[in-house]
Amino acid sequence: MAEVEKKEEREVPYYETVLGASPEKLATVDYKPPAKPWMDVPPKFKKLDYLNPAKVKWMKVIDLPFPREWSPPDEDWKLPENWKEIFLNGMEDRLKRFRSFQLFMDICVRCGACADKCQFFIGGGDPKNMPVLRAELLRSIYRRYFTTSGKILGKIAGARELTVDVIKELFKYSFQCTECRRCSVFCPYGIDMAEITMIARELLLLLGMHVNWAIEPVGKSFLTGNHMGLLPHTIKDFMDEYRDELEKITGFKVDVPMNRKGAEILYIVPSGDFFDERGVILTIATLLYFYHIGLDYTWSTYTSEGGNFGLFTSHEMIKRLNAKMYAEAKRLKVKWILGGECGHMWRVINQYMGTVNGPADFLEEPVSPITGTKFENAKDTKMVHIAEFTADLIRHGKLKLDPSRNDHVIATYHDSCNPSRAMGLFEEPRYIIKNVCNNFYEMPESCIREKTFCCGGGAGLGTDEQLETLLRGNFPRSNATKHVHEKFGVNRLLCMCAIDRAVLSMGLSYWCPQVTVGGVHELLANALVIPGESPRTVDLRRQPLKRPITPGKIAGKEA
Amino acid sequence: MPKWPYKGKEYDMDEDGFLQDWEAWEEGMAPELAKMEGVELDDRHWELIRYLRDYYIKYQIAPPIKMLVKEMAKAFGPEKGNTKYLYQLFPGGPAKQACKFAGLPKPTGCV
Repeated sequence: MAEVEKKEEREVPYYETVLGASPEKLATVDYKPPAKPWMDVPPKFKKLDYLNPAKVKWMKVIDLPFPREWSPPDEDWKLPENWKEIFLNGMEDRLKRFRSFQLFMDICVRCGACADKCQFFIGGGDPKNMPVLRAELLRSIYRRYFTTSGKILGKIAGARELTVDVIKELFKYSFQCTECRRCSVFCPYGIDMAEITMIARELLLLLGMHVNWAIEPVGKSFLTGNHMGLLPHTIKDFMDEYRDELEKITGFKVDVPMNRKGAEILYIVPSGDFFDERGVILTIATLLYFYHIGLDYTWSTYTSEGGNFGLFTSHEMIKRLNAKMYAEAKRLKVKWILGGECGHMWRVINQYMGTVNGPADFLEEPVSPITGTKFENAKDTKMVHIAEFTADLIRHGKLKLDPSRNDHVIATYHDSCNPSRAMGLFEEPRYIIKNVCNNFYEMPESCIREKTFCCGGGAGLGTDEQLETLLRGNFPRSNATKHVHEKFGVNRLLCMCAIDRAVLSMGLSYWCPQVTVGGVHELLANALVIPGESPRTVDLRRQPLKRPITPGKIAGKEA
Repeated sequence: MPKWPYKGKEYDMDEDGFLQDWEAWEEGMAPELAKMEGVELDDRHWELIRYLRDYYIKYQIAPPIKMLVKEMAKAFGPEKGNTKYLYQLFPGGPAKQACKFAGLPKPTGCV
């Protein structure tokens, strides 16, 4: 009896208990703007609504200025004495260095096309989360100190004084932007909001202010090569465990090549794939997949991170953390690099790596060892996305697939922000999914492909420290998922990003707990028909299959 | 840095309720830390907390959920060895909440 009671008690989702608000209540958003003009509304910080500041220890590890203990709700943020001068000098310097920044400060015509496109505005209703107004927070300072009209006309020209409250406001809203770039898709000028947020964060960092969820991973990455701080022997211990798990499920005992010199391909994943529940399944799936195709590859315990939280910190930090990719490729003497289902890694690779740490002339233009396909798109970076690589194999009929092995899954696909908006990877994942799964349903057109919503946890926001903000930012994506769950019975949200795998799981546990989250290649590995396979009744998650697998048979018939 | 009072001494604890010095932790703290999150510890929690501490000493991180599941199955039988069961024990997520009670830092990054 006692056990039954206990179970009922836990039916209320955990986050609902913590937040004290039901999904119905949180989804009722008040879009009415405050009565006062926006410049007169000071920022407020309440619990579960902000990220914790960067800890002194991690600030020191990466030589960041003014490390100190402070907290957003505090009145005194212990700013350095000449904070105003530091901030404005930093801004002047960046206006000179980044033409994009200068341009984005100048060209907005406030047409409002972006206003209702941000998931934080949709889910939260705070007007300062309209991208146009988020940018205006910084633009108003730009006008006051860097334009003649602003210097003379002040408020009439949309300019305002730089005050401590402005700094606090910038901190609040720079960390309610996931740099996902959805708004930029709708901007007729193509203003890249992520770049504005990046600069705002850099300026805050000059004053010693950032969030720990970004700075600790950066520090750990600097010390160990990955955001989690996994040491080489730890990764080895994890991977041995996953190899054993794969053997228990499938009967295949595979090699886990680590730091192997002379391998053809270096394989890089987000470190979440070594640890996170869903990421680990993806790793197990990848081990099986690469074993099956006989890939000559290696994992690395030095380049043990695809992600780069430097992107959320500063341009200098992007370069510093990214450098290990080419350095390791050189050391191991591989021909080219294959990258896993990681999110912002691909933004760094496609938009920064080639120029900040390239050219990687010592690597070869990537060629699939199985199909001979030349990945000309990767000529510059020498790095191929695993979805491109797999889609090419399927296209050439190199994989024997039985999609009915995923019949227990009814899938939809979330275009992860960066693979979609930073590299245009729309077709490959869909092509793979349709080949490995019989039940696939798209979410509405307005929120997929380049218009995809962010999970709400990108750019260093993916922690429940700021649970309310996270769930609000996550609402649009979870809501669309709920829609296809109710309409088509969808029970799995597929995506290609480690932050997605973690944050969408958090969000859905609150908004639509019937749907689980996973990677695309998990389903691929489930569907592989492999010579010498054993009969089995579960998938790689140990979830029961609809129909037990009989070796060599596809959908129950002779292959 | 917020301070946490325990047995007449004060310990550094971050805003999220994690002890800052994992070596300052002692067993008596765990039930207190759990109480703050509305969790009452029993044998099953303790099995994992001790396993976490042992693992952390060697590897400087808590083991992933897969290993916790295995440990549970080993100690309490296969029917207890699944992720769902772990979430019942640690509703705030086994990775995070178990670390909190065990006085270990929470995992960071894309997790």
